[in-house]
Amino acid sequence: MSAEAARPAAHAPARWLALLALARRLLAHRSFAFGGSLFLLILLLAILADWIAPYDPNKNNYRALLSAPSAEHWFGTDGFGRDIVSRIIHGTRVSLRIGLLVVVATGVLGTVIGLLAGYVRWVDNAVMRVMDGLMAFPGVLLAIALAAVLGPSELNAAIALTVTFTPRTARVARASVLVVREMPYVEAATAAGAGHLRIVLVHILPNSLSPLIVQLTFVFAVAILAEAILSFLGVGPAPPTPSLGNIIAEGRTYVQEAPWICFYPGMAIAITVLGLNLMGDGLRDVLDPRLRERPEG
Amino acid sequence: MSRYLLARLLSAIPVLFVVSVVSFLIIWLVPGDVASEIAGPDATPAELASIREDLGLDRPILERALIWYRDLLQGDLGQSYLLGRSVTDAVLERLPITLSLAGIALVLTIALGLLLGIIAAVRHNTLADQGAMTIALLGLSIPDFWFGIVLIFLFGVQLGWLPTGGYVSPSEDFAGWLRSMTLPALTLAFTQMGVVARMTRSSMLDVLSQDYIQTARAKGLRARAVIFKHALLNALVPVVTLIGVITGVLLGGAVVIETVYSLPGVGRLIIGAIQRRDYPIIQGGLLMTSATFVLVNVVVDILYGWLDPRVRHER
Repeated sequence: MSAEAARPAAHAPARWLALLALARRLLAHRSFAFGGSLFLLILLLAILADWIAPYDPNKNNYRALLSAPSAEHWFGTDGFGRDIVSRIIHGTRVSLRIGLLVVVATGVLGTVIGLLAGYVRWVDNAVMRVMDGLMAFPGVLLAIALAAVLGPSELNAAIALTVTFTPRTARVARASVLVVREMPYVEAATAAGAGHLRIVLVHILPNSLSPLIVQLTFVFAVAILAEAILSFLGVGPAPPTPSLGNIIAEGRTYVQEAPWICFYPGMAIAITVLGLNLMGDGLRDVLDPRLRERPEG
Repeated sequence: MSRYLLARLLSAIPVLFVVSVVSFLIIWLVPGDVASEIAGPDATPAELASIREDLGLDRPILERALIWYRDLLQGDLGQSYLLGRSVTDAVLERLPITLSLAGIALVLTIALGLLLGIIAAVRHNTLADQGAMTIALLGLSIPDFWFGIVLIFLFGVQLGWLPTGGYVSPSEDFAGWLRSMTLPALTLAFTQMGVVARMTRSSMLDVLSQDYIQTARAKGLRARAVIFKHALLNALVPVVTLIGVITGVLLGGAVVIETVYSLPGVGRLIIGAIQRRDYPIIQGGLLMTSATFVLVNVVVDILYGWLDPRVRHER
């Protein structure tokens, strides 16, 4: 079913109809609809941060240090009297920006590497051994080390996370390409005299996309979790830029007297990631029901 | 089996090679002059020169790599600038703490994950199924370090049941050690059990629809015997493959959680080294933790081949 949406031979109107049908099936999927709304809410907060945030996220207020949640400051204030709601809203923007950057970079790199490995047989072994090696670093350890040596910044955090998540994405792309390249329509295209570039771009790539889209949704989710870890450890975007991880790191010292500083940004991360995970589950059910296993960070 | 064993062992070599190359290159990624980054702004030219010579920064990169590998094969990963001792010793001293944390967390992850997965599969499409899967997904969606702080606040600060952090050596006080490891291990397990729960559920559902389960039920076996003896044991086989992946995530997670609970493991060593730009420690900690993980994966692969003979004959 999933191939219909992306079949290259389809005429343009038919393709739109197929996409529309796909969108309808997704919206009817309960967990996708719920996760999608959660994520949309967070996304809107992030985009409209400058208008929605009630205070300047970096403005100190020495008359309201560590004040508890109140009508004035919904989530309270931190050790500098900065408004937590405003810091979370702006921090979400930073987290989503890094997450998006990682998803795009991982998507492009992973697809190119996966296509190369899956289509050009002689590079397969060497390329995939390198990917295996990169996957041998446990969890976020490689990202932490990379971000540490590159220095704390938004771009460096995104680079470190991209290196960490690309190998698994490349593996998903390769697996998909290996199946699609054996399809009769690829053979037909070869027989009709299509060149390699045309076969790869027009016939293989569009039909390999479903598992990649699912994978990248989960990459978005784990990238946001991992970015929070980097910021928490002090190798993410440098303060005073608020990111969800460094608000928690700063609030950790006050956990006894002002637990709200830590509490709410963690909830914001959890809601964002939950939304993405639910969307990923829904996409997987609709696009590629055979995929059951969930990718790991 | 012996051919499979040998193949698995040999497959670790290219992986370890890539791991070592990346670890070697990591110092090369430091922007600017590494020596002045390490020595700080007040360093004398003589100090800088000695660091450069020490790290081989004054030599071409290929020569540096050769020297690095020669030392690596002798177990020498260089000297820590801050601790004034060899990187290998410093990491080896702390690795057991990180490994035991990850190990306890692994046991808890599997136990909790199996529990949730079995409940969900046996009560398929009921409220219990949905509840179990919701807990699993929530665990996967929350940041581990944050959950650690929440647990410290609840059980350490508010209820006062468990220590808020710190480490007790098991040889001095075993109960105290268990108490100091409980919250960190629970934190990690809660955020990873969802992976096991989901896999157990889908694998159990697969098995429960097989003919031999029908037969077992038809011949009048009790539901409990069918579920635990016939279904679970077969459903466990794919779950075993997860152990490798989860161990990796837990090891990486342990590194972060150690900072939250002030456990003196490799993680805190590395984080401390990051703040003080002690690059040899970052490099050595990364390399040694990852190498341990590669070996764990080989063991899991071998275990899997032993459990499921079909795997041994693939390829």
